[in-house]
Amino acid sequence: MKILVAVKRVIDYSVRVRLKPDRTGVVTEGVKMSINPFDEIALEEALRIRERGEATEVVVVSVGSAEVQTQLRSALAMGADRAIHVETGEALEPLWVAHILHALVGEIGPGLVILGKQAIDDDLGQTGPMLAALWGRPQATFVSKLTLEGSSARAVREVDHGLETLDFDLPAVVTTDLRLNTPRFIKMPDIMKARQKPLETRPLDAFGLDLPRLAIERLEPPPERAAGIRVETVAELVTRLHERGAV
Amino acid sequence: MPDDGSLHYDVLVIGAGPAGLACAITLKRACPSRSVAVLEKAASLGAHSLSGAVIEPGFVDELLPGWREEPLDIQVPVVRDQFAYLTSGRAWTLPTPPTMHNHGNVIISLGALVRRLGARAESLGVEIFPGFAGAVPLWSGEGALAGVRVGDAGRLRDGSEGPHFTPGVDVRAPVTVVAEGCRGSLAKELIRHFGLDRGKEPQTYGLGLKELWQLAPGRSRAGTVLHTVGWPLPHETYGGGFVYHLDQDRLAIGFVVGLDYHDPDFSPFEAFQQFKHHPSLQGLFAGGEILSAGARSLIEGGYGALPTLEMPGGLLVGDAAGTLNVPKIKGVHMALGSGILAAEHLARTGSPQGFDEAFRRSPLGRELHRVRNIRPGFRGGLFPGLANAAFETLTRGLAPWTLANRTDWKSLRPKTAARPGSPKALVRTLPPLDRLAFVDFAANRHEENQPVHLQVADPGICISQCMERYGNPCTRFCPAAVYEIVTDARGPRLQINAANCVHCKACDIKDPYEIITWVPPEGGSGPSYANL
Repeated sequence: MKILVAVKRVIDYSVRVRLKPDRTGVVTEGVKMSINPFDEIALEEALRIRERGEATEVVVVSVGSAEVQTQLRSALAMGADRAIHVETGEALEPLWVAHILHALVGEIGPGLVILGKQAIDDDLGQTGPMLAALWGRPQATFVSKLTLEGSSARAVREVDHGLETLDFDLPAVVTTDLRLNTPRFIKMPDIMKARQKPLETRPLDAFGLDLPRLAIERLEPPPERAAGIRVETVAELVTRLHERGAV
Repeated sequence: MPDDGSLHYDVLVIGAGPAGLACAITLKRACPSRSVAVLEKAASLGAHSLSGAVIEPGFVDELLPGWREEPLDIQVPVVRDQFAYLTSGRAWTLPTPPTMHNHGNVIISLGALVRRLGARAESLGVEIFPGFAGAVPLWSGEGALAGVRVGDAGRLRDGSEGPHFTPGVDVRAPVTVVAEGCRGSLAKELIRHFGLDRGKEPQTYGLGLKELWQLAPGRSRAGTVLHTVGWPLPHETYGGGFVYHLDQDRLAIGFVVGLDYHDPDFSPFEAFQQFKHHPSLQGLFAGGEILSAGARSLIEGGYGALPTLEMPGGLLVGDAAGTLNVPKIKGVHMALGSGILAAEHLARTGSPQGFDEAFRRSPLGRELHRVRNIRPGFRGGLFPGLANAAFETLTRGLAPWTLANRTDWKSLRPKTAARPGSPKALVRTLPPLDRLAFVDFAANRHEENQPVHLQVADPGICISQCMERYGNPCTRFCPAAVYEIVTDARGPRLQINAANCVHCKACDIKDPYEIITWVPPEGGSGPSYANL
């Protein structure tokens, strides 16, 4: 069985994200970029499945500019077998990415596609479900435990009222939650080995997609929170809360 | 390659800064068949690089042909030099000292330059490993430096191996180029091990803090460079401010203070923030927004304190050696130049032997020698220092003497001693209001559960001696509020907030009992500076 893992290059979680002065986008120059942390978990899960002997190959794919190859090389250093870079200078919406992944699924024939539950830049969480719908296969989203049994799988997902367990047939789409695993550290010798692993680049045009696009008109920072106040006594706290109609 | 898991290269460079990358690029150009690896403790290139930076661009032209046509994220030619003496209410314009004329120089972001140099090095076949710190030296059978062991990843707070423990590999090379920057932890150990500072003046340092701002439209005068002395520092303290006007309404502002200051109550962070509120500067920031912030120590000992630059199996370049030109307040060209020189030496001879002499005889070594007496001349305070600087500049450093340095960690006065009154403090309104807010703009990432990388040999001294004598200056000199004295049921104790550390190394330098040792944390930890 092959596993396809999709990874997105995003602004690192440690960075303070800022709008450009003209508010048409966020500042990315000089900013640290990383693999979306949920996607890193997706890759770790795929590697563990392969290391258990339940899969034979892990293929990692990313869509974006030439710079995403840095993240693909990191994915190869973590242990992916090969990488596909779909090159485009534009920031694509989830529907585009889902169509690209669907085309790659048709070509590669994976038993499992694993993605992060969402990317930490736009927080949309749509690509996995859209791919499952296009592909007509089961999906398990926000998964915190995954076990494979032959041609089927069992996933535990965290939902508002507790844990939900799903049984489903493969091939399928899985999106990962934080608690699924902790990604491994990359080892220096593996970085060197990753330089020899295949990384194939394809232009976006090769997918022949013609889909509607959304235009971003303007971005606004969230409103600033007013400073808190310090109260001296419980009585004062109650008075203040009454004043504001909070109790 | 032997299969003991170690990696082998012809030349290993520690630190992907200007010196290390200039060395790697030059070496690979001269000898394409030699394998060259560069280790870097930051998670990505340039993320730990912080400098003014007004640079002399000659070596950049040499290393990055065509770089001016494809500008760095920050790249603004200097059009105007200003030099001012500040009092709390006024800025008095002084003639700009000849060493500080910047005609033909360029304001850049060192982080952006490092990223560009890294790309160039990789295109030549240099293997760069960001996120891997050189932790301990490896020795050959003959006692020569033989490479480094990379730090472990995944150790828990108590030092035990966590579930994802990954031991650091050994990276071996017949020649290791130590280019860690100011007060590098390996350089410190190697200088001590080989006695490279024997017969030299004590090394001295400064601490620099810097912020990058997006100003309201129209406030910045691109290419204007302002340096200040005086307020808010007392005259006995060496240091001053810098204000570099960039394009796109951006502004780089910073403050540098000599770590040989005397007052244990002095706070470099507070001095920097006061400086921003000077009546001649505060107006710049109205309607502006701070983008990023950080701090880094500078090496100021100059020629007299320059250690022997070679050792069996290794050599020192850039600020790890101490090549910064203090009167010019420039280190980048010296770092690049010393890296290039080291590479040329290795390409020619294949061995570190003779590099020390080659550097001292080079134009760079002569440049440092000429200005050797200027920084030590400020030991007596600002005005005697300026007078001495004028004399040294007029005589082009030909005086037969070399002035002595004073050791930074010995310079504090006990807190009970009489001291000159501190300049009056202004009310601060500009962000960041405190050091935690400042660190927030350094965008630190640091796995909390790793061992504390600021090792205090005897924390008992902090309470039994330092508290009474100096009032725990670590709680003030650290720009990132790493050190705190907390009092609980068992009394006061030192608390180390290691996750705040921005790797400036001030504590390793200034702590008056010499008991703090900075060691590299887990690879990839630390600040993520954007264009500082």
